[in-house]
Amino acid sequence: MTANRTADGEPSAIQVIDLCKNFGSVEVLKGVSLDARKGDVVAIIGGSGSGKSTLLRCTNFLETPTSGKIIVDGEEVAMRADGRPANRRQIERIRSRLGMVFQSFNLWTHRTLLENVIEVPVHVLGMHRDAATARAFDLLDRVGLRDKADTYPAYLSGGQQQRAAIARALAVDPTVMLFDEPTSALDPELVGDVLRVIRDLAQEGRTMLLVTHEMKFAREVASHVLYLSEGRIEEQGPPEQLFANPRSERLQQFLQTVH
Amino acid sequence: MTGLRALLQPHRLILMAVFAAFVIWCAYALRWDWLPKYAPLAVEGLWTTIWLLVVTSVLGMLLAIPLGMAQAIGPWYLSAPARAFCTIIRGTPLLLQIWLFYYGLGSLFPQFPEIRNSELWPYLRQAWPYAVLALTLSYAGYEGEVMRGAFAGVDKGQLEAGRAFGMSRVTVFRRIWLPLAVRNVLPTLGGETILQLKATPLVATITVMEIYAVSSRVRAETFIVYEPLLLLAVAYLLVAGVITLLFSRWERRGSGARAPGATTATTGQAATKP
Repeated sequence: MTANRTADGEPSAIQVIDLCKNFGSVEVLKGVSLDARKGDVVAIIGGSGSGKSTLLRCTNFLETPTSGKIIVDGEEVAMRADGRPANRRQIERIRSRLGMVFQSFNLWTHRTLLENVIEVPVHVLGMHRDAATARAFDLLDRVGLRDKADTYPAYLSGGQQQRAAIARALAVDPTVMLFDEPTSALDPELVGDVLRVIRDLAQEGRTMLLVTHEMKFAREVASHVLYLSEGRIEEQGPPEQLFANPRSERLQQFLQTVH
Repeated sequence: MTGLRALLQPHRLILMAVFAAFVIWCAYALRWDWLPKYAPLAVEGLWTTIWLLVVTSVLGMLLAIPLGMAQAIGPWYLSAPARAFCTIIRGTPLLLQIWLFYYGLGSLFPQFPEIRNSELWPYLRQAWPYAVLALTLSYAGYEGEVMRGAFAGVDKGQLEAGRAFGMSRVTVFRRIWLPLAVRNVLPTLGGETILQLKATPLVATITVMEIYAVSSRVRAETFIVYEPLLLLAVAYLLVAGVITLLFSRWERRGSGARAPGATTATTGQAATKP
């Protein structure tokens, strides 16, 4: 199942092995495996309800997997029999290395952009405030929001908020960036700026898991694409192959409906 | 300067003139000869009122936070007693609570030699500890209910973001959940604190000498009724004004977090206006 070998020779940044997730009696994930090596950009596509967001949220235990294994940077997350993390400290440590970007941004509305970006470095990673601030200005600069550092999120457009959220995720210097449909809540004219930032990150070799509906974008930036359907990986491969010559009927239909 | 101009509009000038005339009339037509004698007592009483208010509001709030938390997300064995506490406190008169503590506990304690001989006894035989206890629990009961809604109303996405970045439960609570919850209910808390101020005269019934008790004493000793009451009203108005001012300042400090006109600032759709 772990057929992802685009960055051969690199160690795995994140491995998911045979992940299952049930919500009550509903099986959302039925044994999904993936292996993202350092520098990989894995795009996860699929219809709504296919389990793609759940897969992403299981990798940092925002959802508790029912069974399976998750290995981040060579460290296997210890799980109890019911799938719950056995060691809260370990989960917190691993989470702080996974920079998550949400569909609805989830910036902390009572803090300015600068405060949002330094929050985790200072209060979770124990970084010195001055160092974190200097770095935060650089990151805000990269996403084009340096002049908004002292602004509260509510005064910004969705696109600006999402770029700030990306800066917040970058502030922890994450092993893997997790993007959960980062442009789905945005007005169409705001999508471009956010995608540009993500593209830059891909080009500089950030490891990323990217759940997205933007097929063109997935094709362009991904090194590997997973197509999820009904909780299983229906098809996977390099984007050229997957988008140009989809083998499974479901993927063919899916690509027709989204294009 | 717009503030000054707004103040100098005709209807405001008339109102100010009427008010000034009233004050002057009060000063000349009413009896104030008792004032020099009772002024020190009045200042002491005002001070008692203020510290009662501050201490019981702060302590009450500290209790309200766990009470609200327990009701919002606690397991049943925490939420049920918390809800029961809030219901009982809110469902019974404060006067009754004050008397129950003062006459109830106050007459129970002396029967235990351990308490009578303890270092706390000099305090427990006074009235103010029972006043503080009753007012604190009352504030906690009302604010526990307010905080329940405040905690429940915080955007779950922002809490999840905290968890997603490796924050411990304590850090999520301290850095995100509590500040967001308190910010949402600051206007309510300001009003509740003024209500608390106006609940303080009840402790005069158990011999605590706060400002209302002072005015009663003036009336009893001099048979002057209206003047002390008038001054009492002014004193309460001033304290209430200070509370309003403090809270509105506090609110404004955090108001940057709320966009003008945006009702839900956290979801993308609501905040797309630059």
